[in-house]
Amino acid sequence: MSDIESTQSAPGGRQRPMSELETVVVRFAGDSGDGMQLTGTEFTKSIALEGSDLATFPDYPAEIRAPAGTLAGVSAYQVHFSSQEVFTPGDQPDVLVVMNPAALRINLPDLPRGGIIIANVGSFTQPNIEKAGYTSNPLENGSLSSYQVFAIDITKQVALALEGMGLTAKEVGRCKNFYALGLMFWLYNHPMEREEKSIRAKFQKNPKLAEANITAFRAGYYYGETAELFPTRYVVPPAVIAPGTYRHITGNEATAIGFITAAQLASLPLFCGSYPITPASDILHTLAMYPHYDVITFQAEDEIAAVAATIGAAYAGALGVTTTSGPGMALKSEAIGLAVMTELPLVIVNVQRGGPSTGLPTKTEQADLFQAVFGRNGECPVVVIAPATPGDCFWMAIEAARIAVRHMCTVIYLSDGYLANGAEPWRLPEVASLQKIPVTFRTDPQGFYPYLREPMTLARPWVVPGTPGMEHRIGGLEKEDVIGNVSYEANNHEKMVRIRAEKIARIVHEIPEATVYGDPSGDLLIVGWGSTYGAITQAVKSLRRRGYRVSALHLRHLNPMPANVGQIMASFRQVLVAEMNLGQLLMMLRAQFLVDAVGFHKIQGRPFKISEIVTKAEELLGAREQAELCTHAEAV
Amino acid sequence: MTQCNPEQAPKLTRKDFISDQDVRWCPGCGDYAILAGIQRVMPELGIPREKIVFVSGIGCSSRFPYYMNTYGFHSIHGRAPAIATGIKLTRPDLMIWVITGDGDGLSIGGNHLIHTMRRNVDLKILLFNNRIYGLTKGQTSPTSKHGMKTKSTPFGALDRPFNPLSVAIGSAATFVARSIDIDSPHLQYVLRRAADHKGTAFVELYQNCNVFNDGTWESVTDKDVRSDRLLVLEHGKPLVFGKERKKGIRMRPDMSPEIVEIDGNTSGLLVHDERRHDEGYHFMLSRLASPEFPEPIGVLRAVREPTYDELMTEQGRTVSQQQGKGNLEKLLHAGETWVVS
Repeated sequence: MSDIESTQSAPGGRQRPMSELETVVVRFAGDSGDGMQLTGTEFTKSIALEGSDLATFPDYPAEIRAPAGTLAGVSAYQVHFSSQEVFTPGDQPDVLVVMNPAALRINLPDLPRGGIIIANVGSFTQPNIEKAGYTSNPLENGSLSSYQVFAIDITKQVALALEGMGLTAKEVGRCKNFYALGLMFWLYNHPMEREEKSIRAKFQKNPKLAEANITAFRAGYYYGETAELFPTRYVVPPAVIAPGTYRHITGNEATAIGFITAAQLASLPLFCGSYPITPASDILHTLAMYPHYDVITFQAEDEIAAVAATIGAAYAGALGVTTTSGPGMALKSEAIGLAVMTELPLVIVNVQRGGPSTGLPTKTEQADLFQAVFGRNGECPVVVIAPATPGDCFWMAIEAARIAVRHMCTVIYLSDGYLANGAEPWRLPEVASLQKIPVTFRTDPQGFYPYLREPMTLARPWVVPGTPGMEHRIGGLEKEDVIGNVSYEANNHEKMVRIRAEKIARIVHEIPEATVYGDPSGDLLIVGWGSTYGAITQAVKSLRRRGYRVSALHLRHLNPMPANVGQIMASFRQVLVAEMNLGQLLMMLRAQFLVDAVGFHKIQGRPFKISEIVTKAEELLGAREQAELCTHAEAV
Repeated sequence: MTQCNPEQAPKLTRKDFISDQDVRWCPGCGDYAILAGIQRVMPELGIPREKIVFVSGIGCSSRFPYYMNTYGFHSIHGRAPAIATGIKLTRPDLMIWVITGDGDGLSIGGNHLIHTMRRNVDLKILLFNNRIYGLTKGQTSPTSKHGMKTKSTPFGALDRPFNPLSVAIGSAATFVARSIDIDSPHLQYVLRRAADHKGTAFVELYQNCNVFNDGTWESVTDKDVRSDRLLVLEHGKPLVFGKERKKGIRMRPDMSPEIVEIDGNTSGLLVHDERRHDEGYHFMLSRLASPEFPEPIGVLRAVREPTYDELMTEQGRTVSQQQGKGNLEKLLHAGETWVVS
């Protein structure tokens, strides 16, 4: 816990002094069944209402319920909150709440020396200690001496608090997380009443359980107050946040809401064909809640049917969106080719996860960029875009839809597991400020041909079945230019290949120019795309604060790239491309711009830490400084 | 499906459904007869051309949409039922025909076919069964006979074949029928029945590939043998067949079918009931196969059940009634919000 700025002693014997903090990172960790995700989201809600800026990230195992107490079953939720602008969920926790030995074992490496551990000592039984792979109790063997350890028997405390409420042992056990939450509320000086209301709402159907959880929550809070365990309480002052109405939003929610909004702005029904896949399924779940918004969700029999039905829907005049992750993307590639050949508007959402194959289903990665840009048979150009933050998913969903229907093309929207499940406070846009998406279905048979093109965009007309006098046939075979009949003619094929490429290339004229964070020229430009935005921006911010001439370029449009990317890169002595793969954007930039950029790669299923990017940048800058020093030395 | 209203719709003829494209099937292909049959039946339905969409996958039969002067989508291998589902759910007012073959529908696209049928999406699916891969020039298909020698199985196919009707009935299709390319009146009857059915209508068409599998159906469809080898189904009529109509089918006490000689008296024979809800009897019919039994043609099964598109529309209406028509303001403000001033 850094940046202790002021300490004020609260009056009253048992009141603890109150320390003001600029920024705090708390991680809750426990067994999958311990309710850590709920604890985290409840705490996050309260933080938002207290006015802090924040970002969150859940880290849960691929197994739904791995055997209790094992390392495989550990689930965690991290929240970073601050009185300053927050860009990431935080490199490392200041406070680690662990509900069992396995959670300690897994998460301890991330905790800096001096960090706070709050451990449920009641779960540190011999079997649990062994299951976590410890040979002796880490709370007792002195191995944690460089941390501040608060060992509390939450299991026993909750059992005592809930005695006589007529609950089963299992039900009692499931209230432990609210005890931990109560303790955090006390530690960070959050009001209890709001949370009690929230618990009541959450357990509306089971008032007995609601009361039990509230009791556990209060017990945790009062334990903090009474036990004199913690020397201080903390308060994080409100951040300076742009005025407006906010909600807490994950990337997947923002994606779903963005597409509904886009469809409404285009006055089209929204069709989402999808097949369940982690970490994309929540988009389908969210969309399925909104049939009254002209949203059709279709859970198909497989990934191929999901995209095929979506293409059918686009053909019939809907805004067609299919959502998936890498393995599903692989299955969809033939159908994407069909969408490109038939030049129908189609949006494909790929919430990337660790690959190849099944890979790391619940972990994040950015290794599907090549797949998105190149991964089909034939010359098969598509637009590729990537949101930068959970809130940005809303805007990029609208952008994807706008490009697809205006240019009659396929747009691949690359999110990732980190954006999908990460959350941040999101300022709601004014509905009136949202731009309509103009869509015209051609209904005039006069002079109609299926592959006539709009001169500016090269888009072909969108004609939906049911329109009289315009019956025509389309398909995956090569089409005769303009006329649209099947054609195997050699020159026609080359012409059509070039037109399809040109159609995508021209979109560069309609996308915004890229903007640089920092100065427009300098010693080092750090280029990123997708969810690395937060870590790179914060890294650049702190490097600049220390006087380095470092800037950041974040790409939201990856194919085509904004027109000024080459020129921006040319204004820096060095270019570093940081991405969660082995250098895919790096290779594209080098190929397109002949720039001698270097890469920084992390493929661990986890996002970059700010410090990792800072260190890499220092290495690049430092290497240059050393070289300069040598020259000086030689000169002397 | 579009409401059939022949009196108001402009009178269309067979010619109206012929597109300007040259038909490119091999001369003598059974597909020609099927195309002609469909082009004859279409004007009778009283549905304007623009409300009709033909969707196909890949294979010889899948060229079909090019030859129909309606909306058409020649898609990718096996995926036509999925594409058609997307069209139907977006535009329930359109009448959608899926044209597929034994390879397209039962091999690469088998998954889509069974799931479309179980959902009962309102699509008319015609499966042209020639028991061979024609477009790729003669490999074994999922309906090829066991042991059949083809280019890919020079020493005989090891596969056991699928029976398309059994697959359809096993998937709880609400309409299952069979007809033959060369029997024009019967073909048109079955097509009309499929068109009139609300829900997934699955029709298997025996079709001859005169290049790679010529005569594959001869043993049952040849003029000389057909009355003994085919069982023409009619709802409410006993299962009688044979040149003299002196053979019938009844059930043994062990629930297996047997052929019996009859002499005018049909009592004790099975009486065809296409509307039975349980699939057992229809499945039994689908298993009747040459040489032991005559092969059934006609409508095996036709039951009315809510279609997926009807249920979807209904669900949307109910939610809209309960929650009100959605608007963006409500959408964005859903869940907990807070104001920063």
